[in-house]
Amino acid sequence: MGSSSTLPVAEAIATTPAENRPIVDIRTLSLIFKAADKPVTALDGIDLRINSGDFVSLIGPSGCGKTTLLRVIADLEQPTSGDITVNGLTPEAARLKRAYGYVFQAPALYPWRTVERNVTLPLEIIGLDKTERQRRSAQQLALVGLAGFEKKFPWQLSGGMQQRVSIARALAFEPDLLLMDEPFGALDEITRDHLNSQLSRLWRTTGKTCVFVTHSISEAVFLSTRIVVMSPRPGRILDVIDCDLPRERSLEMRESQRFQDIAARVRHGLAEGHSYDE
Amino acid sequence: MHARRSPMTPLVLLTLPAFALPVGGLAESPLAWWQSTPALLALAIVLASLVLARWTPRTAFTEALLLAPGLFAGAALPLVLLDGGVALDQAAGLWMFLAGILALLWHVMERLTECSGFFRHLLVPALFGVMLIYLWEVGVRGFQVPSVLLPPPSSIAGALTTQTANLEDDFFQTVIKAVLRGYLWGCGAGFAVAILADRVPFLARGLLPFGNLVSAIPVVGIAPIMVMWFGFDWPSKAAVVVVMTFFPMLVNTLAGLAASEAIQLDLMRSYAAGYWRTLLMLRLPNAMPFLFNGLKINSTLALIGAIVAEFFGTPVVGMGFRISTEVARMNLSIVWATIVVAGITGSLMYGGLSWLERTVTAWHPSYRRR
Repeated sequence: MGSSSTLPVAEAIATTPAENRPIVDIRTLSLIFKAADKPVTALDGIDLRINSGDFVSLIGPSGCGKTTLLRVIADLEQPTSGDITVNGLTPEAARLKRAYGYVFQAPALYPWRTVERNVTLPLEIIGLDKTERQRRSAQQLALVGLAGFEKKFPWQLSGGMQQRVSIARALAFEPDLLLMDEPFGALDEITRDHLNSQLSRLWRTTGKTCVFVTHSISEAVFLSTRIVVMSPRPGRILDVIDCDLPRERSLEMRESQRFQDIAARVRHGLAEGHSYDE
Repeated sequence: MHARRSPMTPLVLLTLPAFALPVGGLAESPLAWWQSTPALLALAIVLASLVLARWTPRTAFTEALLLAPGLFAGAALPLVLLDGGVALDQAAGLWMFLAGILALLWHVMERLTECSGFFRHLLVPALFGVMLIYLWEVGVRGFQVPSVLLPPPSSIAGALTTQTANLEDDFFQTVIKAVLRGYLWGCGAGFAVAILADRVPFLARGLLPFGNLVSAIPVVGIAPIMVMWFGFDWPSKAAVVVVMTFFPMLVNTLAGLAASEAIQLDLMRSYAAGYWRTLLMLRLPNAMPFLFNGLKINSTLALIGAIVAEFFGTPVVGMGFRISTEVARMNLSIVWATIVVAGITGSLMYGGLSWLERTVTAWHPSYRRR
């Protein structure tokens, strides 16, 4: 029974031109955590396709599974059922091929390494030579506005600077797919606006595919081409909203009517998913 | 309690009655200050440096420098009197005078603490150490404490010079042969087994309770057994050291390997880094403070273990052997000289490891400088 039903799908994937093939393809994916008292359904029936060059935000209240979904894509969690491919491979194979860069909620810098050597950490692991490592580190640090901080240690920098180092580290080995888990969650609003503009420009100029977890509506609308609204208990996708603002985005755009309309739709979707009064 | 500049006048006034009391005893009769040339000379130098220090424009350092001759002369007086055959056990005047000199030293150390780097970090602790040894010397000799109870530092120093050859042999036998080898084997094996237990979880579960049991056994219990097993020479002492150092190192390494945060481990996983690479690039650096903790604890344990083990059988050389035999022969100054060697060895090992730790883990919150 298995072979007859899966064969057409395999053929369809094989014959699809590469540029139209989704970078991330998730079908009816579920994940159940085995907790001590009763199992928790973290993700339930998730269907999502993310195409090359997309900037997709996952938004929802705490506990809706947005981080878990990102971790499943990164092969840091294993789904209980359903299918997922990353670059046409299983998440594990994609991870072993170093298909993505991951930016965590906290900077996760190694305190015994200088800023430069934190950025070159993944490059040492993939075995680039020293001159190439330093070239890329200088390039990425300049991109996030930290040129001149190479010899500092992480604990000598502010929280915002540390998070920018971690973004430079994720970019340094030039992944086509960038997974970001509330990277600016702990920062003040001014710093956050600034980093959002930088990230948007980075995405536009490099053409990378980004998956971005957030719980800020305006951040999601500002950055994304598509916004995935999720709801908790169990973690489900409620709505996928196309965010058809021009690719080049400025902070002023947040005052435009179009921006407000999209934000309203996201807010409406989020409100539907809330059922705290039960 | 003390003001920035502590007033010296009350001290001088308190010391004044001292000059009415005898400075020492000569041939069963008290000796007055004016009868002793060294006493008058010392007094003159102390007064001269006090006057100079009081009425010369000065910084904290020059004041300390001007007071130094007075301090030196005052401190030398009891030793000079003792060498001149003067008895000090009834010399109330001299002891009061000495209390005044100590107060002066207090003042000088306070002033030196205000000075920069070198004086504060080296001279003050050095002066303090010299003061303790000096009080020991003057107290023991002045009150004629029997040398079996406590020999004066000068006779310990004498033993250090006359017994150098023996002490060197003991040091070589105990420290170089037994302690160093046992320490390297014990710490090395503890570390290696910790890595193994990290890969094979049941090993950690099985070994840790056993380790707690072994750590609770006193060294005097295992030392005779090790002597039975490995003979009288250094291997049995090294074996005691191995047993004593193995489990502290194992426990500390295991704790260190568990010290990496989940997010740091996820990062290595996202780079598809394998077990050994994650170990080398993330987990061992994170474990460094724990490893050094184990190494430092073990450095003192190793020395204690080897010396105590030598009490249970040894060839006619070794620090433990020296202590046990010279105590029996009432040569307490040699016992103390051995203790000095052991103390310096232990301090150097501990200090060296601390220095290394500071260098290797300069990034750690307890050492970092902005």
